[in-house]
Amino acid sequence: MTYLAHNHKVVPTGPSKLLYLNWPIVLLLAAIASLGFLMLYSVAGGSMTPWAEPQMKRFALGLAVMLFVAMIPTWFLRNVAGLAYAISVVLLIMVEFFGSTGMGAQRWIDLGFMRLQPSELTKITLVAFLAAYYDWLDVKKVSRPFWVIIPVLIIALPTYLTLRQPDLGTALLLVFGGGGLMFLAGVSWLYFGAVIGAGVAIVAGVFRSRGTEWQLLKDYQYRRIDTFLDPASDPLGAGYHITQSKIALGSGGWTGRGYMQGTQSRLNFLPEKHTDFIFTTLAEEFGFVGAISLLALYVAVLLFCIVSAVSNKDRFASLLTLGVALTFFLFFAVNMSMVMGLAPVVGVPLPLVSYGGSAMLVLMLAFGLVQSAHIHRPR
Amino acid sequence: MRRTPQETEEGAAIVGRRGLILGCGMAAFATVLGSRMRYLQVNQADQFRLLAEENRINIRLLPPARGQIFDRNGLLIAGNEQNYRVTILRDEVDDPEATLRNLSHLIPLTDEDIAEILDEMYKRSRLVPITVADRLSWEDVSQVAVNAPALPGITPEFGLSRFYPRADDFAHIVGYVGPVSDYDLSRIEDPDPVLQIPKFQLGKTGIENKLEDELRGKAGTKRIEVNAAGRVMRELGREEATKGNTVQLTTDTRLQNFVQARLSGESAAAVVIDVTNGDIMALGSAPAFDPNKFVRGISVADYGSLTDNIYRPLANKAVQGTYPPGSTFKMVTALAALEAGLISPGETVYCPGHLTVSGRRFHCWKRGGHGKMDLRNSLKQSCDVYYYDVAQRVGVDRISAIARKLGLGERHDVPMSAVASGLMPTRAWKLENRGEEWLIGDSLNASIGQGFVLTSPLQLAVMTARIATGRSVSPRLVRAVDDRPEADRAGVPLEIATSSLRAIRDAMFAVSNEQRGTAFSTRIADKDKRMAGKTGTSQVRNITAAERRAGVFRNEDLPWERRDHALFVGFAPVETPRYAISVVVEHGGGGSAAAAPIARDIMLAAQFGSIPPLSAYPEAQRNRIQSSLEELPIADPRDGPKVAQEA
Repeated sequence: MTYLAHNHKVVPTGPSKLLYLNWPIVLLLAAIASLGFLMLYSVAGGSMTPWAEPQMKRFALGLAVMLFVAMIPTWFLRNVAGLAYAISVVLLIMVEFFGSTGMGAQRWIDLGFMRLQPSELTKITLVAFLAAYYDWLDVKKVSRPFWVIIPVLIIALPTYLTLRQPDLGTALLLVFGGGGLMFLAGVSWLYFGAVIGAGVAIVAGVFRSRGTEWQLLKDYQYRRIDTFLDPASDPLGAGYHITQSKIALGSGGWTGRGYMQGTQSRLNFLPEKHTDFIFTTLAEEFGFVGAISLLALYVAVLLFCIVSAVSNKDRFASLLTLGVALTFFLFFAVNMSMVMGLAPVVGVPLPLVSYGGSAMLVLMLAFGLVQSAHIHRPR
Repeated sequence: MRRTPQETEEGAAIVGRRGLILGCGMAAFATVLGSRMRYLQVNQADQFRLLAEENRINIRLLPPARGQIFDRNGLLIAGNEQNYRVTILRDEVDDPEATLRNLSHLIPLTDEDIAEILDEMYKRSRLVPITVADRLSWEDVSQVAVNAPALPGITPEFGLSRFYPRADDFAHIVGYVGPVSDYDLSRIEDPDPVLQIPKFQLGKTGIENKLEDELRGKAGTKRIEVNAAGRVMRELGREEATKGNTVQLTTDTRLQNFVQARLSGESAAAVVIDVTNGDIMALGSAPAFDPNKFVRGISVADYGSLTDNIYRPLANKAVQGTYPPGSTFKMVTALAALEAGLISPGETVYCPGHLTVSGRRFHCWKRGGHGKMDLRNSLKQSCDVYYYDVAQRVGVDRISAIARKLGLGERHDVPMSAVASGLMPTRAWKLENRGEEWLIGDSLNASIGQGFVLTSPLQLAVMTARIATGRSVSPRLVRAVDDRPEADRAGVPLEIATSSLRAIRDAMFAVSNEQRGTAFSTRIADKDKRMAGKTGTSQVRNITAAERRAGVFRNEDLPWERRDHALFVGFAPVETPRYAISVVVEHGGGGSAAAAPIARDIMLAAQFGSIPPLSAYPEAQRNRIQSSLEELPIADPRDGPKVAQEA
């Protein structure tokens, strides 16, 4: 399916590739990013600095990166996926040794011109490498235990490294992203059923054992889990973020308080108002209408990705597109759930809206992969 | 490695299928997110909006201006003055010490002050303003205000502070205010939130304390928007505070000033009551103190000098002090006997100078005796033996009953601190409190106002007013609150025969106006202003038989604290009584010498409404009186401000 060109039969070459881009996705991403600029301008109290302007520059850079990646043939991407994965794992190990500490966690390497967050990059390289792995793997072997253990290890390695930083949000995203890709590749339902069953059993065991003689965790660990799962039980400590964020959201009402009129975020009741909690500002100022519109934009991006993936006969391209879509979904779903009090607070940004360089560039790079898969699909 | 197209297609088909399944899952979760948005933002919007308001809006209290206190003529007794001060907020200053040093060029600040302020500042939150200097002049504050840009974190502020223009004169009546202490808060149930305002002034003693609820007013509120750190962003609205109610007292500032001046130098108290309505015209207690010092925070040295003074300046002796009334009590004993029908005014008792009752000898103050005494002469010359004789017949319970009718032993309802009830003993009282039977000797002592009997100057003034009018006059100190007049306290006729009262009043006239009357030397020459009275000298110790034999009981030879109390009660004018007075001079010696002259001056001042003219005094005394009156530290009340300066 092409949106701007008529010739459906030929894989495009040269500059004409631009015409074969998945334009609706480009437009949707621009729309989402623009909403982000508006919000960053607002939370800065009506100022382009310190957030809105750098964010625009990054988005421009991100668009360039996306177009550049889009031009690269998919076969090349497949061939370098393993290398990319290896590089990102090496970078993660480097963070362990040379990383700077920010917000109490080691997350980035200072490259001089920008801070590189290898864990962000890993989200995409993992998906790409797994897609390449399954593209290489014989379909019949997909569900064989040996061939299941290999991708599990591929996922486990960067997950372990990000957990050490510690970055629980990214680790979760890696596990769900990688697991999702295994599911997409056709790994038997049984494995997923078994993992889910085992998880439920462990969680149940941990909780049921509480207060008994064979209690599995220490008391303070249980208390930590309690506040993690139910932040409302500690409204001024762990629950402060979530309580304040729910208040901000709720006070938005149907149509919101109006642009730049959000009192909660403006008065600093909200922590991280320009990063992980930026959705609250949007919801407070534009209300339900604004919040649901953003959700609709995100869902539309997913929709175009899925359509593109399903109609693509190249297994790698299809997996890659769906993997990127899944990662994108995990970003906003986890962020929104957390902000709306449906999930514990883990540091996951709202894609393309939250202020942050690495996340923005990596996401645009990921959509570059999606574009490349779309342009170079077999006809 | 290449695969067959069939293989590739099969793989892509699986991915497509699974992709659709995953898409459905994602769509389902997106639906969950959307409905959560709807729940939070539509269904629960009202509740969250309320929470948001609470978050953001902080209500600050605005302290009310305290109600003013005026005298009966509308002269200001207690008002509010503007108080300029300078505060510093650590949150807004980078280098507090440097800023304070700069500030010290503008306002007087010593190195110790700066060290103290810094110390205080680091003890408190960054957001609590610390007072740098208090009670600055307008010039100093404007200096600070002009230089504000160079003094980050420094704010000139102004508030109202209590001010007593009459200084010492009303120290005991009005009392003083001071900052709310933890002790104050602990005593008040459900304290008014306004008390939490730092440096809020609360009535500590006297009227300020007793009428606190009227005077305080109601706090206003200021709604301000604050951020999460509590910093004020802007003001959203305000409701001004309601000023406290104005209180008008019955006292006359000029007379009060005269009374305090006349008592100065002594440890003494005097009360002047308008007998027609119970108004307390003046209520003096000397020495006094400057209540303004307490408002500003009295220094340890000043406070020490007040508490160490044996004259007890902090005590309001007029209502808190209780003294044996001495001979001023004889009217009560006489009335009790007359009312019981046990004596008639003409009946005489022979006074040989002493009376022996159950083996104990009771002395008259006049060692040689008075000879034959009737009621009138016994009061006029203050013969003790007459009352010893009468008391044996009447008994203490009847004396006590009359005393109560006259307001003795009763805690009068006046809004001052620690009003004493005195003591009017009965047989039952002694049995209950001392575990002993009442002895006849106790009755004899009580009959001349000694022994167990204790009265306050206020009670003595009320007693005199009741004798003068025959009505149950009660003291009234507050004339009106917020222009609502208080009820008149002229009282109802006492259940005492008019003839008895007339006999007593006639005898009191003799005391002050006839030869050989104990207060004859302090008579009033002006016929329209003449006073009827009674002197009293009450012992604060027993004179031992040995002392009596040795003749060492001249008061002047004793240390001050063992000398007799001097008392005088009286009313004037004699024909149509208007004022009743009581004077007690602690350890002053004889009533006629120490208390009566004071009472005469005050009574004249009350009747003339000014410093008494010399013509009111007997001719022979005028020179002496003139110089003593001229020495009095009198201040013209009209010099003081009529209304407080208020912003």
